[in-house]
Amino acid sequence: MANKKRHLMLGNLACVHGAIYAGMRFFAGYPITPSTEVAEGCARELPKIGGKFIQMEDEIGSIAAIIGASIAGLKSMTATSGPGYSLMVENIGYAYMTETPVVIFNVQRGGPSTGMPTKGSQSDTMQARWGTHGDYTAIAVAPSTVQECLTETIRAFNLAERFRTPVAVLLDEVIAHSREMITIPEKGEYEVFDRVKPTCKPEDYAPFEMTPNGVSPMAGFGEGYRYNVTGLTHDPMGFTTNNPAEVSPKLDKLRNKILDYRDETVKMRTEMMDDAEVAFISYGSVSRAALQAVMLARKAGVKVGTVQLYTIWPFPEKQLAEICSRCKKVIVGELNMGQIVLEVERIFGKEKEIHTIQRYDGEFLTPMQLLEKLDEVL
Amino acid sequence: MATVKETDKAEKQKSDVMLQYLRPKKKFPSVWCAGCGNGAVMGAIIRAIDKLGYTKDEVVMVSGIGCSSRLPVYLDFSSLHTTHGRALPYATGVKFAKPHLKVIVITGDGDALAIGGNHFIHACRRNIDITAILINNFIYGMTGGQGSPTTPSQAFSTTTPYGNVEKHFNPSELAMAAGATFVGRTTVYHVPQMEKMITQALEHKGFSLVEAVSNCHTYFGRLNRQGDPVAMLKMFKEQAVPAARAKNMTPEELEGKLVTGVLLDIEKTEFCDEYQKVVDAHRGDK
Repeated sequence: MANKKRHLMLGNLACVHGAIYAGMRFFAGYPITPSTEVAEGCARELPKIGGKFIQMEDEIGSIAAIIGASIAGLKSMTATSGPGYSLMVENIGYAYMTETPVVIFNVQRGGPSTGMPTKGSQSDTMQARWGTHGDYTAIAVAPSTVQECLTETIRAFNLAERFRTPVAVLLDEVIAHSREMITIPEKGEYEVFDRVKPTCKPEDYAPFEMTPNGVSPMAGFGEGYRYNVTGLTHDPMGFTTNNPAEVSPKLDKLRNKILDYRDETVKMRTEMMDDAEVAFISYGSVSRAALQAVMLARKAGVKVGTVQLYTIWPFPEKQLAEICSRCKKVIVGELNMGQIVLEVERIFGKEKEIHTIQRYDGEFLTPMQLLEKLDEVL
Repeated sequence: MATVKETDKAEKQKSDVMLQYLRPKKKFPSVWCAGCGNGAVMGAIIRAIDKLGYTKDEVVMVSGIGCSSRLPVYLDFSSLHTTHGRALPYATGVKFAKPHLKVIVITGDGDALAIGGNHFIHACRRNIDITAILINNFIYGMTGGQGSPTTPSQAFSTTTPYGNVEKHFNPSELAMAAGATFVGRTTVYHVPQMEKMITQALEHKGFSLVEAVSNCHTYFGRLNRQGDPVAMLKMFKEQAVPAARAKNMTPEELEGKLVTGVLLDIEKTEFCDEYQKVVDAHRGDK
């Protein structure tokens, strides 16, 4: 549509619009730089559409409130940065265990501890996978442009609803605080997935039963299905169990419902990979620099390509291996001391040369820095 | 005086009401020790809800972690057994998302006032229409008898083996200071009063707290030589001073007493209602 309305928008606000498009109607949060514009945007926009916004007393209260609201039937989210995410992780674990769809934005700013509140980072990549205690499988996505802040947010809600699980949207401060021209999609342009609700009689309802696709229908509280939700390990009825015959199936379910359908979660962008001998692998803002670097290097005749990961967790093992099958060398670029490179090493082992370019001084990686690295590697 | 026969009949009616609200398919017995006061509180809650005529589908019970927090699991309502200290923010999410639901929080002194202290004062301040029933047994029961924020000075617990050197919180006074609009204290000896107080709290619009003083004879009673459940209930009977009488007593006279009855019942604007006014004023998608 040529005459579609374009907006100059901040990354954080594009997340709000994406969330509302996806049907989000409940936000609870606590102010923290550099994520605060997400909360402010929700405070402004949600009343206009009959949604709910609440500023809680801390991040623990925020994650608790959105899980409660989701169980009551509303698509819910919160937004924070590293220190707040650290406070949330126990209750994110509760959402894994109780199979509650919620979306959590982590606008990363580095650390440990208070770190650099106004600087960019990708150093919570592993926290999104392993943050809470216990065994579980995580889903996390990472946009690299303001438009993608909107579209990846829609996808995050769809994944959360599809798999009945929390989904993290990992932004870095660079994207969150960029202003770019974007298009807000029309209704129907993007698929919006809503959680499957039970259709059985209330007395037959087993809220955590094993189903062919691993995901049990989810009733909202007050909708005629009375059931128990607990963070204790539970049987398909939601009642506490220590019975080994019931415990491992529950934990298997948390893993298999996602990993058996991994292909549905994968999303990546590849450029100039057909004949590439070297590949950049990156996500978030680094992918923009990588794309620029690849275009410049191609002009000089270098056979290099780039792979941008939109889904970071579960890590797209099979797809990445296929795409990079012809490459002899890969360069993993990250704004941290080396996190996703551990996954790349796990897949490629010794079969490829794995190089890294990392920055953790609060500044972002530039195309020139990536080109210099490429030169060194060639 | 009721005859034995009449008493039996009344007891049978009571247990019939209880049975109607116990969760089908849930395995019993409960996790509670024999003689635990939690059962008396559960009975009072059931009878209050029954009297008010709420449907089972409109009631949501939310709890944290601890002995008291297991209570919702046994009842045939929607129940959310959450993480330690966080029942109130979870309940806030449920209530704010669906304000027509009757949301009841079951919590204990450790759950509500130590790890959940911040959420407790802010739920009071917000005056969100939730009824919190705080079962105060002065100790951590589930983990085996450690000192809690309500363990009195000098009292014994497994973590205060030489007597508690700290001061204790008064949950009802804390709630009143933080902005709750209905506050009452009762004990597991005063069951008819408790039933009535829970009924009033549920009918109250705004944040209501019922502090139900209860016996943990297994830990608090044993470590402080207060005897068996019966002895502890008799002690509560002797310690109780109705609020009306307490007004005319000095702090010295009230030392070691439990002021019982409705301590506060006022009206203030309620959180969900106020937010709805904002929605009504700014809604653009009608």
